[in-house]
Amino acid sequence: MDNVHSTTAAGHGDEHSFDTKLIWKTFRVLLYITVFELILAIAYYKFETSFTNRELVKHLLNGVFIVLTLAKAFFIIAEFMHLRHELRNLIMTIAVPAMLFLWFIGAFLWDGDSYKNLRNRYDRNHLEQSQQKVEKKEHGHEAAKPGVME
Amino acid sequence: MMWYFLMSDAFTFGAFLISYGTIRFSSNGWPDPNEVFRTFPGVQGEMPIPLAFVSLMTFILIMSSVTMVLAVGAGHVNNKKKVMLYMFFTILGGIAFLGCQAWEWTHLHGEGAWWGRNPFPNADGSESSTNFTNFFFTITGFHGFHVLSGVVINIIMLIMTWKGVFERRGHYLMIEKAGLYWHFVDLVWVFVFTCFYLF
Repeated sequence: MDNVHSTTAAGHGDEHSFDTKLIWKTFRVLLYITVFELILAIAYYKFETSFTNRELVKHLLNGVFIVLTLAKAFFIIAEFMHLRHELRNLIMTIAVPAMLFLWFIGAFLWDGDSYKNLRNRYDRNHLEQSQQKVEKKEHGHEAAKPGVME
Repeated sequence: MMWYFLMSDAFTFGAFLISYGTIRFSSNGWPDPNEVFRTFPGVQGEMPIPLAFVSLMTFILIMSSVTMVLAVGAGHVNNKKKVMLYMFFTILGGIAFLGCQAWEWTHLHGEGAWWGRNPFPNADGSESSTNFTNFFFTITGFHGFHVLSGVVINIIMLIMTWKGVFERRGHYLMIEKAGLYWHFVDLVWVFVFTCFYLF
């Protein structure tokens, strides 16, 4: 326990102790962002059919969601987890490896998309099957029936 | 050290969510979350607005994160009573979140969704694969398990505070470490929420 005490105490500079006001402010920011995201999602759902270029609107909306999610993540890490107030070296050992995610996400989503395109081009059967409509199932409490796939 | 554990955990969750993204990008169709998640406990039939229940869950988790920070803050000034109070609220929030998730799982299971079964058609009306439900239950299950262990850790911390362990030690650093873990669980939920419910 001794080394735990010394390392963390060194990393903390207890002078700037917890500012309750700042915590509530962070909470409000997180809440507003989440409510805003929900309003966007619901608005899109309600007016979906009135857009002429739905694909584009949906993509723009997803971009907005990504930015807002990253903003939320930043506030949680920086304020709630207190990382913004830690030593610079600690911040760097966390932030730099996290950059790997940029490659990770980019490479894999690209791969998924490429796989879809290749498959649609060379496997016509798959493309046709994936375009076949099924009759819309009623999903409510009573109409619950196991959807047999495979 | 907690930070480095959380980094490794972040990569585990990252791998899950990215594999979900890869599969979704490689599929021609995918179910519409607004159609899937539109029920609320106690409300008959469908809600006028979708995603109401998951908003409540998000709110509960963020709220419990706030009480956790307040507990850590109280620990900084060695206020045992306040630490215990805020830890109690944090645990309550965690249990409430788990309850919500249990309800949602039960409800979806009742609709015929489970690992290997997917009753929801794709957004464009075509037949869907089981990828959606497999990923949904695996990832929210893994996250829920983290919440559960967080609640257990918080209960242990509450008992230790109550017994005066930290008071004798002179500092409440353990509360801070438990707090880091708890915020991390909240952080992961932000991403799970975006990936499954908004996209």
